[in-house]
Amino acid sequence: MARTMKSEAKAAGGPDTPGGPRRTGTRGEGTPGPLRRALATHWYAWTMIAPVVVVVAVIIGYPLGRGLWLSLTNADESNVERTIGANTIEATYEFVGLDNYTAILTDTVFWSRLGWTVLWTVACVSITFTIGLTLANMLNRKLRGRALYRVLLILPWGIPAFVSVFAWRLLFNERNGLLNNVLNGGGIDSIAWLGDPTWAKVSVIAVNVWLGVPFMLVATLGALQSIPGELYEAAEMDGAGPWQRFRNITMPGIRAVSSTVILLSTIWTFNMFPVIYLLTRGGPGDSSEILVTYAFRLAFLNSPRDFASSAAWGVLILLLLVAFAVGYRRVLRKQGEVW
Amino acid sequence: MSDMNPRQTAEARAATAEAATGPEAATGSRATTEGPTVPPAATASPAPTAAGAPAVPPRRPRKGDGGSLRDRRGPLASLGLHLGLVVAAVIAVFPPLWLVVTSFKPKTEAFTLDLVKDFTFENYKHVLADTHFLDWFGNSVVVVLGTTVLGVLISSTTGYALSRFRFPGMRPLMWTLLLTQMFPMAVLIVPLYNLMASLGLLNQPVGLIVTYLTIAVPFCAWMMKGFFDTIPVSIDESGRVDGLTPFGTFWRLVMPLAKPGLAVTGFYTFVTAWAEVAYATAFMTGEENLTLAGGLQTFVNQYSADWGSMTAAAVIIAVPAALVFGFAQRYLVSGMTAGAVKS
Repeated sequence: MARTMKSEAKAAGGPDTPGGPRRTGTRGEGTPGPLRRALATHWYAWTMIAPVVVVVAVIIGYPLGRGLWLSLTNADESNVERTIGANTIEATYEFVGLDNYTAILTDTVFWSRLGWTVLWTVACVSITFTIGLTLANMLNRKLRGRALYRVLLILPWGIPAFVSVFAWRLLFNERNGLLNNVLNGGGIDSIAWLGDPTWAKVSVIAVNVWLGVPFMLVATLGALQSIPGELYEAAEMDGAGPWQRFRNITMPGIRAVSSTVILLSTIWTFNMFPVIYLLTRGGPGDSSEILVTYAFRLAFLNSPRDFASSAAWGVLILLLLVAFAVGYRRVLRKQGEVW
Repeated sequence: MSDMNPRQTAEARAATAEAATGPEAATGSRATTEGPTVPPAATASPAPTAAGAPAVPPRRPRKGDGGSLRDRRGPLASLGLHLGLVVAAVIAVFPPLWLVVTSFKPKTEAFTLDLVKDFTFENYKHVLADTHFLDWFGNSVVVVLGTTVLGVLISSTTGYALSRFRFPGMRPLMWTLLLTQMFPMAVLIVPLYNLMASLGLLNQPVGLIVTYLTIAVPFCAWMMKGFFDTIPVSIDESGRVDGLTPFGTFWRLVMPLAKPGLAVTGFYTFVTAWAEVAYATAFMTGEENLTLAGGLQTFVNQYSADWGSMTAAAVIIAVPAALVFGFAQRYLVSGMTAGAVKS
């Protein structure tokens, strides 16, 4: 069983090794075949990419193939290969076909997690982008203390996310955190920021927005600064109001940058693990659990660890992301963007 | 710029903007001409070119105290602008600031609202002396430095090849690099975990370095390609004319010019690996094997809530990271253009 697994994985890893010079069959002497000619022209390019091709094939391609295989088995904590002391216990899990996938797709857990993940992604990206663009617009003009504002506003980017999340947990603390103390001071009852399903969702989105705004701010500010000021002056002379100028000059001017950062930010948010894991651990219950944190929970927090299902979740998440990226690219193309 | 003829200025700026931001931005600015706006050249026309060379449009002199038309605003608008920015800045700065403030309070006073209450270094002493914090810090440094150095080394030649050569297999490779960058960790974490378990690499920094390379290598290769693109091809050509092999050109001519790019790529890799949580949590167990991301979690969990130690540890982790980031942030912007300018 182990042997078939390896050969399958290798086959799956195959597509990751593009353009490897294959020496299949040498042609007659004198007239070099197309392959040899290609080798003569491109050997240095191929040599230069060799390290990355090998590394990607070995540490991404092979595990990916193995993950695909695991998702088709019933592997869990009790039947994978493991070492106890000096003894190694052979793997005993079996091929079960698409059982894991049918089980996941017919269960409500997956669909409810997917719904929340989509809501989380859309909310985070749209709020982050709106705030980032607004602040960039405010900073993109002559202003006293502009450099200081910029430094302060991008500070959250400079601190490792897991540290910031703990800072927020300090503020969110239900019994004596600062936020609730302030609310109580104003005569409002305490809020279970991380203990109530709805508030937990609001809290994780708020923290993720806080973490993501600096990136949006820097990216859109760069785009805004590349728009020539003359355009605005001309528009104003012609009597265009602030909103018209924003609609007709700013929006088209930052279009290329914003479509890229929105795509990036969507993928990052969809895959965002630390914020939810460290802030609420997916809780209360599994109400704030997104797809990736749930896959992590299946394999590493639940008991017994369910490796096969977790791998299947991983594959499904990857498929969703690829579908999204392809769709997004198609939409952009239809609008005439070259990307 | 003010000593130039305004027509030239406007056109030159529009041209540089187009050149700088590529075809997309160019179509963007062209699209605006269909709106209620006027093409850029029209800006210059109010200034009669016949009136003499130093013809400066009437609005220029105001540049010193507020600049062009749209920078003029009433005191009320100014106040609103500053108010909005101050509020945003306070929200941005407050949580980390509160972390710092709390770390100097005694454990029992962690949740008091006073800014300073019984100022003490006790938390720091405790974290450094009585916990495995220094082990975690060491583990993190080893893992992150290993990842950064290996990632940049492995991927630099590929970035160069992708930037300079057209060869069979180039498009599939680019697609692979792009696609692997959006891999969720959920798809690789289980197979990598099983792999590391069977190789005995769990709880070993080496295992985590290999794991992080799955993120770092595609990312570095992609970024390096971008940096090599900014270095003019004429440099390569001059090298080839002088009889250097492609490798010689790369190593002796292009690499020295790409140093800022290398630094920025390395820096980004460093920051990403420093802040990684999922793999570190799953692969490293046992108090002394943790990295910082795992270690910080041990202070506050279901069983204990040592907020004092947590805040102190968090400050020790965050301060150097923020300083490096603040320094690199400036270097980053100039570093992106330095490769092109130096040549």
